[in-house]
Parts: sequence; structure tokens; C-alpha cells
Amino acid sequence: MFKRSEHDKRPLVQIFVDGVAVAARQGDTVSAALLVSGRDARRATAVSGAPRLPYCMMGVCFDCLVTIDGVGNRQGCLVPVTEGMQIEIQKGKREIGK
Amino acid sequence: MTMAPKREAYDVVVIGAGPAGLAAAATSAEAGLSTLLLDENIGPGGQVYRAIASTPVSERNQLGADYWAGVDLVQAVRASSAEIIQRATVWSLDRNLDIAVSIGGASAFVKARRVILATGALERPFPIPGWTLPGVMTAGAAQTMLKSSALVPDGRTVIAGQGPLLWLLAAQILRLGGRIDRILDTTGRGNYFAALPHAFAFLTSPYFAKGLSMMREVRAKVQVVSGVTELAATGDGQLASVSYVAGGTRETIPADLLLLHQGVVPNVNLAMAAGIEHRWDELQLCWSPTLDASGNSSVAGIAIAGDGAGIGGANAAVVRGRIAARAAVEALAPAAAEKLVPMATLRADLARAERGRVFLDTLFRPAPQFRIPTGDTIVCRCEEVTAKDILDAVAIGATGPNQLKAYRRTGMGPCQGRLCGLTVTELMAQARARSPQEIGYYRLRAPVKPITLAELAAVPQSEADVKAVVRG
Repeated sequence: MFKRSEHDKRPLVQIFVDGVAVAARQGDTVSAALLVSGRDARRATAVSGAPRLPYCMMGVCFDCLVTIDGVGNRQGCLVPVTEGMQIEIQKGKREIGK
Repeated sequence: MTMAPKREAYDVVVIGAGPAGLAAAATSAEAGLSTLLLDENIGPGGQVYRAIASTPVSERNQLGADYWAGVDLVQAVRASSAEIIQRATVWSLDRNLDIAVSIGGASAFVKARRVILATGALERPFPIPGWTLPGVMTAGAAQTMLKSSALVPDGRTVIAGQGPLLWLLAAQILRLGGRIDRILDTTGRGNYFAALPHAFAFLTSPYFAKGLSMMREVRAKVQVVSGVTELAATGDGQLASVSYVAGGTRETIPADLLLLHQGVVPNVNLAMAAGIEHRWDELQLCWSPTLDASGNSSVAGIAIAGDGAGIGGANAAVVRGRIAARAAVEALAPAAAEKLVPMATLRADLARAERGRVFLDTLFRPAPQFRIPTGDTIVCRCEEVTAKDILDAVAIGATGPNQLKAYRRTGMGPCQGRLCGLTVTELMAQARARSPQEIGYYRLRAPVKPITLAELAAVPQSEADVKAVVRG
């Protein structure tokens, strides 16, 4: 859906998506890193389980909700990637304790 | 990394570090007022100057000269004494000018003598069939990724809608080597005639020549279909095709990515939750706050600058930020105001920056069928409520957006009405043959962004707080 620019010289950052290592760049948001990863990053909505991907990328639509380092319902478009970050694609509503 | 505000009270707290907020905070701090600038994003710049301090797109002409104008604004505020906190989400602002802000999972509270809201704009909802499918995004979303991470579309890409941003984005995608298969222009044919009387001001504004050359640049490389009157996205769990009607002919094209845009509207959530009066703007088809010439709102001490005050664009936003800050300085430290640019000069700057706006608003006024959906089209993305659901609720007695919450939970999901509010107002107004002003909007309250119960529970309590809820 999206590709990176070959002129992008930002340092690599390794994140894990559902346990799989994914290369991101410093300054990427979690949502941008997921969208360019080529992986199926679709979450499932809390109401009907419908698949969604980020829509606005600016913090207003909440379609980027994702579990980051064990915390659910984070807005992936507002969180920058960090080395070793653990991301889980959130299926349905946030689980209690997560 | 996380950084709480250094003080408990400030002369001026500016919320939002886009063009208006950056200019306001710099002006206020330069006049010697203690100034705090709170912003939700990773870096300053807002949407228009998104990632201005960190973008990997270094070739300046790819993003355009207008983008790089943001550098000076950021430098000015960083050189000033203003305290700047990024990734700070303001979730409450009230009439006492008490502000609650979430930073790194913990809430802090600050008090202000003056608040300048610069929460900017968001893209107008574009509720077409299939707009919730993965692969359908806003044009602004693509531009955000382009600016902050140099990402461009590389699958089969369709851009649909209207307005200056759409053409700017298309030009930027092409300059960075991205792919666009087709542009579907939804500008209503009648809009050209309606806009004609306002054309002179636009022709003499700086937007005209820039806009024209950008459209030429894009049209040379991409097939543009104008006069699109219907639009739908289809696919099974993922966008597969876009179908549209232009000139009475329906066409369906395969697509991996559909980027939608039909203008921007003020981001009103924090202002409305603070109790600031808003009115329905018949020209811009959105809620705009009632403000005086300096941006002061109906709540004493709170001013609004930038697109949150009514859409005016980045140049107008900068001037509005300076005007609101100067007014704050005049009120709090009149002697210091004398060193600032005179108000008369700023007002002349604003008139110049707003030149041509009525033309753009009239030309790019979105058509009713793209604002007011029918049938199974989803209106409320969070609670997955369709246009038909809402009309059914009206038929059994729902009178306005707040009653509708009880019937269908519209606006009660995490986005708090940001993506459905305008649609709900216009849909109910049409169904009940009332004006949007009569129908009204959601009653918004803090927290204006979701925070966890744990964060709320960890907030320090005073004896008065405890007494307010504990018996005996």
C-alpha cells in the first residue's frame, strides 16, 4: 500500500509485531511502521469485529488502536516506535488488565 | 523522556503547536509572560508543518516552500522562554482556566491566566459507502506519512474529493515517486458559477498562481475525472475497487488505496467541552466558535486562534496566533505590549492572509450527497451506526444528536463524535426539516480524549475533593 523512499537515511529501529521482528525507522509512528511493513495489520473493531486500518493518522479517528508493550487501546498514530517495542494487533475490545 | 510542566501556574497556556500555537507562544513568551505550549504530537508543526523538525524529506522542493515556512516559527518559539511539551494530551479545560494534561500516562494540572486554544482543524467526514474498509484513508493521513516518514502510495491508488489539499498531496506524492492511478474530482459543477463573484479576491491572492501550477503539474501525469457525483468503496474486508459516476456514467476501477478529502473543519472538542459558544457556519458547513476580533471566546480568558477559530489556512493561523497572544499581553502586561507588532498591523496582515477564502469556501463547498449519506452507509465509525439506523431513530422520536446517543450510541465511542458529529447534525436536520443550528451538536465533556481509570485514580485528591463525594 505504501513504500519507503530510498533517500530516507533515518536509523533503523527494530520492533516486534505479534512477536515477529519488523524494521522501522526512527521517527516512524507505530501506525506508519505497520502500514509500510507489508504485514496484515488490520485490527478488529470492538462492536462487530470488522477489520480496520488507520484512517486519519492524526489522532482523531481511533481506527489505529493497537496494543503497545502490553497496554491496549493505544493510538498507534501518536506513538513513536522505540527499539524492541512489542506491538500486538488488537482484535476486538481491550482486554481487562491489558 | 516524559516531562511534566515545571510550574503549577502560567500567565499563558497555549494548546496546540501548529502555525497558530507556535506564533502565539513565541509572541507571549517574547513579551515576558510565563508561557506553556502543550502539543499532542511527537514534534511541533501541527498538521501543515507536520514533522517540520524531523522530516526525512530533505529535498526542499518536494514538500514545497510553503511547508518550509514552518522552520522559522519553530525556531522562534524554541529561542523564546516558552516551555514546550510534546506528546501532551490536554483532556480537560474549564471556565476557571484549569487544565488537565496527560503526559506519558500520568496527568498533570496547570492553571492559566489566559488560554489560547490552537487545536486546529481535522478533515471533514467523507461518509461514502465502504469508507470504513481497510485501504480507505484520508488524504491528510497520506500526507502525514509522507511528511513524517517519507512514505508514498505504491499500490493502485485513487484520490477522490476536492479542495486545495488534494492537489498539494497529489503533487507531493508524484514528486516523491509515489503512484496515483486516478483523481476523482467531486467539485460540484454549479460551484464554479457560485464562486465566480468572489473570484477577483482569489485571483489577486497568492493562492491562485500556486494552485494553478500545482494542478497543471498533477494533470500532466495523472488522469483526472471531474464532475464526480457518486462515489463508493467496495471490497471484502479490504478495499478492492472504487466505483463512481461522472457525467451520468458509472465506472468501477480496482484499487488498493483510496484517499478521501473534502476540506477541513474546526476541531471543536476541547473548546466545546470548555463551554465556549459555537454557531453553525452556513458557508463552511461546520461549527465555528463565536469570537471577537482578537479571538476572545464567550468564556472569559480563553481565546481561539488558527483554524479552530474558523478555517482560514496556515498564513491566517499564524497571524491569528499573534493577535490572540498580543491581546493576552495587553491584558496581563500592557507595558510589554508596546514592544510587539501593533494590533493595526496584525489586523491588516490578517485581512491579506484571508483574501480569497470566500472563493475557496464557495468553490469547494462539498455536495450534499457526500455530506449526508443514506441507507447502510456508516455514519458513526466507532459504534458502527448507519444512516438508516439514525433515520429510524428520528422516526421514533430522537430529536437531536444528544437524544440519539441514548437510541444508538452515536458519538459515544473513542473518537467522541469527531468523525460523525457534523454528519449526524446535518442528517438529523434534513430528516426533521430544521436548520443545523436548531438541531445542535453533541454535548461534549472532559475527558475530551480517553484516559485510563488508573490514570484518573492516580490524580492527587484534596480534602475538598474527598468531602465532595464522601458522606458524613
